[in-house]
Amino acid sequence: MINGSTILFYLLAALTLCCGILSISTRQIFRAAIYLLFSLIGVAGLYFWLAYEFIAAVQIVVYVGGIVVLIIFSIFLTQQAGEKLPKQRLDRKIWATLAAFCGFALTLLQVVQHEFPPVIPQAPVTVRGIGEKMLSTGAGGYALPFEIISMLLLAAMVGCIVIALRSKPETK
Amino acid sequence: MMEPGLYHILFISTALFFIGVLGFLTRRNLITMLMSIELILNSVNLNFIAFNKYVWPGKMDGLFFTLFIIAIAAAEAAVAIAIIINLYRSSQSIDVNNAEDLKY
Repeated sequence: MINGSTILFYLLAALTLCCGILSISTRQIFRAAIYLLFSLIGVAGLYFWLAYEFIAAVQIVVYVGGIVVLIIFSIFLTQQAGEKLPKQRLDRKIWATLAAFCGFALTLLQVVQHEFPPVIPQAPVTVRGIGEKMLSTGAGGYALPFEIISMLLLAAMVGCIVIALRSKPETK
Repeated sequence: MMEPGLYHILFISTALFFIGVLGFLTRRNLITMLMSIELILNSVNLNFIAFNKYVWPGKMDGLFFTLFIIAIAAAEAAVAIAIIINLYRSSQSIDVNNAEDLKY
Protein backbone atom coordinates (compact mmCIF):
# COMPACT_ATOMS: atom_id res chain seq x y z
CA MET A 1 0.00 0.00 0.00
CA ILE A 2 1.42 3.33 -1.02
CA ASN A 3 0.23 6.46 0.66
CA GLY A 4 1.39 10.06 0.54
CA SER A 5 3.57 9.81 3.62
CA THR A 6 5.55 6.88 2.19
CA ILE A 7 6.09 8.63 -1.13
CA LEU A 8 7.22 11.77 0.71
CA PHE A 9 9.70 9.74 2.75
CA TYR A 10 11.29 8.16 -0.30
CA LEU A 11 11.44 11.50 -2.10
CA LEU A 12 13.20 13.12 0.85
CA ALA A 13 15.61 10.20 1.15
CA ALA A 14 16.43 10.39 -2.56
CA LEU A 15 16.96 14.15 -2.33
CA THR A 16 19.29 13.79 0.66
CA LEU A 17 21.41 10.97 -0.75
CA CYS A 18 21.60 12.19 -4.36
CA CYS A 19 22.57 15.71 -3.33
CA GLY A 20 25.09 14.28 -0.86
CA ILE A 21 26.75 12.19 -3.57
CA LEU A 22 26.75 15.10 -6.02
CA SER A 23 28.19 17.35 -3.31
CA ILE A 24 31.26 15.16 -2.84
CA SER A 25 31.73 14.31 -6.52
CA THR A 26 31.32 17.59 -8.39
CA ARG A 27 34.53 19.35 -9.31
CA GLN A 28 33.13 22.86 -9.02
CA ILE A 29 33.37 23.88 -5.40
CA PHE A 30 30.50 26.36 -5.49
CA ARG A 31 28.16 23.69 -6.86
CA ALA A 32 29.35 21.38 -4.10
CA ALA A 33 28.20 23.96 -1.54
CA ILE A 34 24.78 24.27 -3.23
CA TYR A 35 24.33 20.49 -3.34
CA LEU A 36 25.28 20.35 0.34
CA LEU A 37 22.58 22.94 0.98
CA PHE A 38 19.91 20.76 -0.66
CA SER A 39 21.17 17.68 1.15
CA LEU A 40 20.79 19.49 4.49
CA ILE A 41 17.30 20.64 3.46
CA GLY A 42 16.48 16.99 2.76
CA VAL A 43 17.60 16.04 6.26
CA ALA A 44 15.43 18.85 7.67
CA GLY A 45 12.52 17.41 5.66
CA LEU A 46 13.16 14.01 7.22
CA TYR A 47 12.96 15.63 10.67
CA PHE A 48 9.62 17.14 9.66
CA TRP A 49 8.52 13.71 8.43
CA LEU A 50 9.46 12.22 11.82
CA ALA A 51 7.32 14.93 13.51
CA TYR A 52 10.26 16.64 15.21
CA GLU A 53 9.40 20.12 14.00
CA PHE A 54 11.63 21.94 16.46
CA ILE A 55 14.76 20.08 15.37
CA ALA A 56 13.82 20.63 11.73
CA ALA A 57 13.53 24.36 12.36
CA VAL A 58 16.89 24.41 14.17
CA GLN A 59 18.44 22.46 11.31
CA ILE A 60 17.20 24.96 8.73
CA VAL A 61 18.18 28.00 10.80
CA VAL A 62 21.63 26.85 11.89
CA TYR A 63 22.81 24.63 9.03
CA VAL A 64 21.12 26.10 5.98
CA GLY A 65 21.04 29.67 7.21
CA GLY A 66 24.34 29.70 9.04
CA ILE A 67 26.92 27.09 8.18
CA VAL A 68 26.28 26.84 4.43
CA VAL A 69 26.29 30.65 4.10
CA LEU A 70 29.59 30.70 6.01
CA ILE A 71 31.03 28.03 3.68
CA ILE A 72 29.88 29.98 0.60
CA PHE A 73 31.51 33.14 1.96
CA SER A 74 34.75 31.32 2.57
CA ILE A 75 34.61 29.92 -1.00
CA PHE A 76 34.26 33.46 -2.31
CA LEU A 77 37.22 34.57 -0.20
CA THR A 78 39.59 31.76 -1.13
CA GLN A 79 38.68 30.52 -4.62
CA GLN A 80 39.11 31.99 -8.08
CA ALA A 81 35.82 32.23 -10.01
CA GLY A 82 35.16 29.39 -12.44
CA GLU A 83 38.21 27.43 -11.36
CA LYS A 84 37.70 23.68 -11.13
CA LEU A 85 39.20 21.50 -8.46
CA PRO A 86 42.13 19.37 -9.68
CA LYS A 87 41.38 15.77 -10.57
CA GLN A 88 42.25 13.14 -8.01
CA ARG A 89 44.51 10.21 -8.74
CA LEU A 90 42.49 7.21 -9.89
CA ASP A 91 44.02 4.69 -7.45
CA ARG A 92 43.23 6.95 -4.50
CA LYS A 93 39.64 7.27 -5.71
CA ILE A 94 39.28 3.50 -6.11
CA TRP A 95 40.69 2.71 -2.68
CA ALA A 96 38.56 5.37 -0.98
CA THR A 97 35.41 4.09 -2.69
CA LEU A 98 36.28 0.53 -1.72
CA ALA A 99 36.89 1.50 1.92
CA ALA A 100 33.66 3.50 2.14
CA PHE A 101 31.64 0.74 0.49
CA CYS A 102 33.06 -1.96 2.75
CA GLY A 103 32.32 0.14 5.84
CA PHE A 104 28.80 0.78 4.55
CA ALA A 105 28.16 -2.91 3.92
CA LEU A 106 29.52 -3.97 7.32
CA THR A 107 27.51 -1.37 9.22
CA LEU A 108 24.34 -2.18 7.32
CA LEU A 109 24.83 -5.90 7.99
CA GLN A 110 25.04 -5.19 11.72
CA VAL A 111 21.96 -2.96 11.60
CA VAL A 112 19.85 -5.49 9.70
CA GLN A 113 20.81 -8.34 12.02
CA HIS A 114 19.89 -6.38 15.14
CA GLU A 115 16.34 -6.72 16.42
CA PHE A 116 14.94 -3.54 17.92
CA PRO A 117 12.20 -3.90 20.52
CA PRO A 118 8.74 -2.85 19.40
CA VAL A 119 7.62 0.47 20.80
CA ILE A 120 4.44 1.89 22.18
CA PRO A 121 3.54 5.07 20.28
CA GLN A 122 3.46 8.10 22.54
CA ALA A 123 2.49 11.72 22.24
CA PRO A 124 5.01 13.73 20.18
CA VAL A 125 7.30 16.06 22.06
CA THR A 126 6.18 19.64 22.36
CA VAL A 127 8.35 22.74 22.33
CA ARG A 128 7.12 23.45 25.86
CA GLY A 129 8.44 20.06 26.99
CA ILE A 130 11.79 20.69 25.31
CA GLY A 131 12.16 24.08 26.99
CA GLU A 132 11.26 22.77 30.43
CA LYS A 133 13.67 19.85 30.14
CA MET A 134 16.47 22.01 28.80
CA LEU A 135 16.40 24.45 31.69
CA SER A 136 15.60 21.99 34.47
CA THR A 137 18.32 21.36 37.05
CA GLY A 138 16.73 18.18 38.39
CA ALA A 139 17.39 14.59 37.38
CA GLY A 140 17.72 14.24 33.60
CA GLY A 141 17.72 18.02 33.12
CA TYR A 142 20.00 19.68 30.61
CA ALA A 143 20.77 23.00 32.32
CA LEU A 144 24.50 22.32 32.73
CA PRO A 145 25.18 21.24 29.10
CA PHE A 146 23.13 24.23 27.97
CA GLU A 147 25.37 26.61 29.94
CA ILE A 148 28.53 24.85 28.75
CA ILE A 149 27.38 25.16 25.13
CA SER A 150 26.91 28.89 25.64
CA MET A 151 30.48 29.15 26.97
CA LEU A 152 31.71 27.09 24.01
CA LEU A 153 29.98 29.37 21.52
CA LEU A 154 31.47 32.44 23.20
CA ALA A 155 34.95 30.88 23.17
CA ALA A 156 34.55 29.89 19.50
CA MET A 157 33.47 33.42 18.59
CA VAL A 158 36.43 35.03 20.36
CA GLY A 159 38.78 32.38 18.97
CA CYS A 160 37.58 33.00 15.39
CA ILE A 161 38.24 36.72 15.69
CA VAL A 162 41.70 36.11 17.14
CA ILE A 163 42.68 33.53 14.51
CA ALA A 164 41.35 35.53 11.56
CA LEU A 165 43.04 38.75 12.67
CA ARG A 166 46.40 37.42 13.77
CA SER A 167 48.39 37.82 10.55
CA LYS A 168 47.41 41.48 10.03
CA PRO A 169 50.18 43.24 12.05
CA GLU A 170 52.93 41.06 10.56
CA THR A 171 52.07 41.96 6.97
CA LYS A 172 52.08 45.71 7.59
CA MET B 1 7.11 -0.52 -1.24
CA MET B 2 7.35 -1.02 2.48
CA GLU B 3 6.14 1.33 5.14
CA PRO B 4 9.21 3.39 6.21
CA GLY B 5 10.45 2.66 9.70
CA LEU B 6 13.57 2.67 11.81
CA TYR B 7 15.56 0.49 9.42
CA HIS B 8 14.91 2.82 6.49
CA ILE B 9 16.17 5.81 8.43
CA LEU B 10 19.20 3.87 9.65
CA PHE B 11 19.92 2.98 6.02
CA ILE B 12 19.78 6.66 5.02
CA SER B 13 22.01 7.74 7.88
CA THR B 14 24.54 4.96 7.21
CA ALA B 15 24.65 5.91 3.53
CA LEU B 16 25.04 9.60 4.38
CA PHE B 17 27.83 8.80 6.85
CA PHE B 18 29.84 6.84 4.31
CA ILE B 19 29.19 9.43 1.59
CA GLY B 20 30.83 11.87 4.01
CA VAL B 21 33.71 9.47 4.68
CA LEU B 22 34.21 9.00 0.93
CA GLY B 23 34.28 12.74 0.40
CA PHE B 24 36.73 13.17 3.26
CA LEU B 25 39.06 10.56 1.76
CA THR B 26 38.94 11.74 -1.85
CA ARG B 27 38.91 15.51 -1.47
CA ARG B 28 42.12 17.47 -1.02
CA ASN B 29 40.57 20.91 -0.58
CA LEU B 30 39.98 22.04 3.01
CA ILE B 31 36.54 23.56 2.39
CA THR B 32 35.20 20.47 0.65
CA MET B 33 36.60 18.34 3.47
CA LEU B 34 34.68 20.55 5.90
CA MET B 35 31.53 19.92 3.84
CA SER B 36 32.10 16.16 4.17
CA ILE B 37 32.36 16.57 7.95
CA GLU B 38 29.02 18.39 7.93
CA LEU B 39 27.46 15.43 6.08
CA ILE B 40 28.86 13.02 8.69
CA LEU B 41 27.51 15.13 11.57
CA ASN B 42 24.10 15.23 9.88
CA SER B 43 23.97 11.47 9.58
CA VAL B 44 24.72 11.16 13.30
CA ASN B 45 21.94 13.64 14.10
CA LEU B 46 19.50 11.67 11.97
CA ASN B 47 20.49 8.53 13.85
CA PHE B 48 19.87 10.12 17.24
CA ILE B 49 16.45 11.41 16.17
CA ALA B 50 15.44 8.05 14.69
CA PHE B 51 16.41 6.16 17.85
CA ASN B 52 14.63 8.71 19.97
CA LYS B 53 11.43 8.28 17.96
CA TYR B 54 11.43 4.52 17.39
CA VAL B 55 13.21 3.07 20.44
CA TRP B 56 12.61 5.49 23.34
CA PRO B 57 9.61 7.57 22.27
CA GLY B 58 8.84 8.82 25.77
CA LYS B 59 12.24 10.43 26.32
CA MET B 60 13.97 13.44 24.84
CA ASP B 61 17.65 12.56 25.21
CA GLY B 62 18.31 11.96 21.51
CA LEU B 63 16.66 15.27 20.72
CA PHE B 64 18.95 17.12 23.12
CA PHE B 65 22.03 15.36 21.82
CA THR B 66 21.03 16.50 18.33
CA LEU B 67 20.55 20.08 19.50
CA PHE B 68 23.96 20.15 21.16
CA ILE B 69 25.67 18.53 18.17
CA ILE B 70 24.17 21.19 15.90
CA ALA B 71 25.48 23.92 18.23
CA ILE B 72 28.95 22.35 18.37
CA ALA B 73 28.95 21.92 14.58
CA ALA B 74 28.25 25.63 14.18
CA ALA B 75 31.17 26.53 16.47
CA GLU B 76 33.43 24.00 14.72
CA ALA B 77 32.58 25.31 11.25
CA ALA B 78 33.26 28.89 12.33
CA VAL B 79 36.66 28.04 13.83
CA ALA B 80 37.59 25.85 10.85
CA ILE B 81 36.76 28.60 8.38
CA ALA B 82 38.78 31.14 10.40
CA ILE B 83 41.76 28.76 10.23
CA ILE B 84 41.21 28.17 6.49
CA ILE B 85 41.13 31.90 5.75
CA ASN B 86 44.26 32.44 7.85
CA LEU B 87 46.00 29.61 6.00
CA TYR B 88 44.94 31.06 2.64
CA ARG B 89 46.41 34.42 3.62
CA SER B 90 49.76 32.92 4.49
CA SER B 91 50.14 30.36 1.68
CA GLN B 92 47.61 31.43 -1.04
CA SER B 93 46.23 27.89 -1.16
CA ILE B 94 43.81 25.75 0.83
CA ASP B 95 44.98 22.42 -0.51
CA VAL B 96 46.00 20.04 2.29
CA ASN B 97 49.12 19.03 0.39
CA ASN B 98 50.36 22.63 0.54
CA ALA B 99 49.61 23.01 4.26
CA GLU B 100 52.85 21.44 5.44
CA ASP B 101 54.04 24.60 7.20
CA LEU B 102 51.41 23.94 9.88
CA LYS B 103 53.95 21.48 11.27
CA TYR B 104 56.56 24.08 12.18
